[in-house]
Amino acid sequence: MADKGILIKSLSKRYGGGETAVLALKDVNMRVSPGEVVGLIGPSGSGKSTLLKCLGAVIDPTTGSMVLGEEVIFDNEWKVRDLRALRRDKIGFVFQAPYLIPFLDVTDNVALLPMLAGVSNSEARKRALTLLTALDVQHRAKAMPAQLSGGEQQRVAIARGLVNHPPVILADEPTAPLDSVRAMTVIRILNDMAKRFDTAVIVVTHDEKIIPTFKRIYHIRDGVTYEEAGEGRPLH
Amino acid sequence: MISLAGRDILHAWGKFIFTGIGLGLLIGVTLTMAGVYRGMVDDGKVLLDNSNADLWVVQKDTLGPYAESSSIPDDLWRSILTLPGVAETANATYLTMQVGKGDKDVRAMVVGITPGAPGTPGWPPQLIAGRQITRGHYEAVVDITTDFQLGDVLKIRRNHYTVVGLTRRMVSSSGDPIVFIPIKDAQEAQFLKDNDAILMQRRRTEANSTFNRPGVPGLLDAVIASHTSNRFVNTVLVRIHPEFAPDEVAELIRRWKRLTVYDRAQMEEILVGKLIATSAKQIGMFLVILAIVCGAIVAFIIYTLTMDKIREIAVLKLIGTSNRTIVSMILQQSLVLGVIGFVVGKITATFAAPMFPKYVLLVLVDSIAGFFSILAICVLSSIVAIRMALKIDPAEAIGG
Repeated sequence: MADKGILIKSLSKRYGGGETAVLALKDVNMRVSPGEVVGLIGPSGSGKSTLLKCLGAVIDPTTGSMVLGEEVIFDNEWKVRDLRALRRDKIGFVFQAPYLIPFLDVTDNVALLPMLAGVSNSEARKRALTLLTALDVQHRAKAMPAQLSGGEQQRVAIARGLVNHPPVILADEPTAPLDSVRAMTVIRILNDMAKRFDTAVIVVTHDEKIIPTFKRIYHIRDGVTYEEAGEGRPLH
Repeated sequence: MISLAGRDILHAWGKFIFTGIGLGLLIGVTLTMAGVYRGMVDDGKVLLDNSNADLWVVQKDTLGPYAESSSIPDDLWRSILTLPGVAETANATYLTMQVGKGDKDVRAMVVGITPGAPGTPGWPPQLIAGRQITRGHYEAVVDITTDFQLGDVLKIRRNHYTVVGLTRRMVSSSGDPIVFIPIKDAQEAQFLKDNDAILMQRRRTEANSTFNRPGVPGLLDAVIASHTSNRFVNTVLVRIHPEFAPDEVAELIRRWKRLTVYDRAQMEEILVGKLIATSAKQIGMFLVILAIVCGAIVAFIIYTLTMDKIREIAVLKLIGTSNRTIVSMILQQSLVLGVIGFVVGKITATFAAPMFPKYVLLVLVDSIAGFFSILAICVLSSIVAIRMALKIDPAEAIGG
């Protein structure tokens, strides 16, 4: 069992069947503790996105097990009936592009998740504003996404990922569209938030600039993960 | 929970308003087409109402006098009047023709009415100006839509008539305004030949030894006189005593006079069910086509709006939004588009209807039916977009 955070054991994913079958993930093992930010690095086609989709309960792994917090969510089959609710309540997503909902203002973009979970509008907005303040974008709370800079949008996206206090956040190349200063800011925010909310964060990245900031890094190649200790360079 | 559809509409309000206006104009045309049909039905009913008759006696086995030509002797009314239950009878003729006004003319239904008093079957029930016809010849009461004024002189065949009274909403079943003239003039107008034709007819009769007998003086003149006069009318309008049933009196006339008799319900069936049936089908086809076009427009717009939001829908699904919420968002947008379209369409039809040359009757029940039809069309039209939205994979938000 994981001490909260996320634990993945012998996870595999096969696409198709017979002679055309492709084994995208062969033997994935990962453990990310609460408050920890780890990097997941690998070349194109190595299985990063497949792993992220499996972790995000978007596609079905073929075999293996996943434990999220204290709950076994997959053990050769899904142990959770409502994957949509699992994604909503237990997993935060931060994407390469912020993908904010263009017709909702910043507050409602963040507050939407708790509202979907049944939290009252006022309580959801209060939660959103708390996070926006923590991420220093509270002054844009009423702005529409199109009025924000790239860095502000990404901070709002992080706030959306955190708003339901999920045990794990999956970040898919969150710094790709940003310059190095903003990229480092985003990584620092993710580290701060991980510690503050006791959240396990997995950052999939190609970004050379941020790789040294991870204390632990998982490499993935041909569907197999290898753990490598990071340099543990302090964050700026 | 916030309304995703509402927020999206507010965000892209211009797109919705302008699309709604475009759709509304089309809906306006649809409502007006329905109004044209209602107007035709109402024209028919008004014609019957204004006849002030309970029964129409016409030539045997004809659908006269409005749907088919009918010719019956003009002295038949006397014998019908003697039958039990008959309160009043009056001859009437109906002839649709061009009525001259200076160097122009107007299409009208010329109705020949018998001398009498207001309330006589066939007479215009009420005037808005002037007086009823009081002379036996060359006076006319006209519907105001003919654009004639009191004192104007109109020309029917070779004769001139002075307009002495104006009426309103007196039209034929095809919407042509009615011109009332004395029945003798109307009888003459129906079969009036030109001078050359009369001369030719006289010569033929003179050459016929059967009619031109030297030993029978006056025969030739009598025959010629019979050729130039018309002793027929199109119908006898009958009013019955209140204590008698119309079908009972009608049956008496059928049996004893060997004529065809229609009561109000039968005449309405002829006018609405037969006379305007083809037009009704034509309008029905237009309505179906317009409904399909409306549906296609809504489907296209909603599909396009949904296509523009594929990434957002994928994100919404990924973060746990239920399919029901997404379907509801698309449906609500489609319905809002329909409501905007209906409001614009209703306003358009209301303002456009009086400009049509024929009567356009916008009925509340059509508007209600139209409103719910539009909503149904919007729901059906959004099915394609909904299907597409449901197929969007939340994994698209992650990429890879």
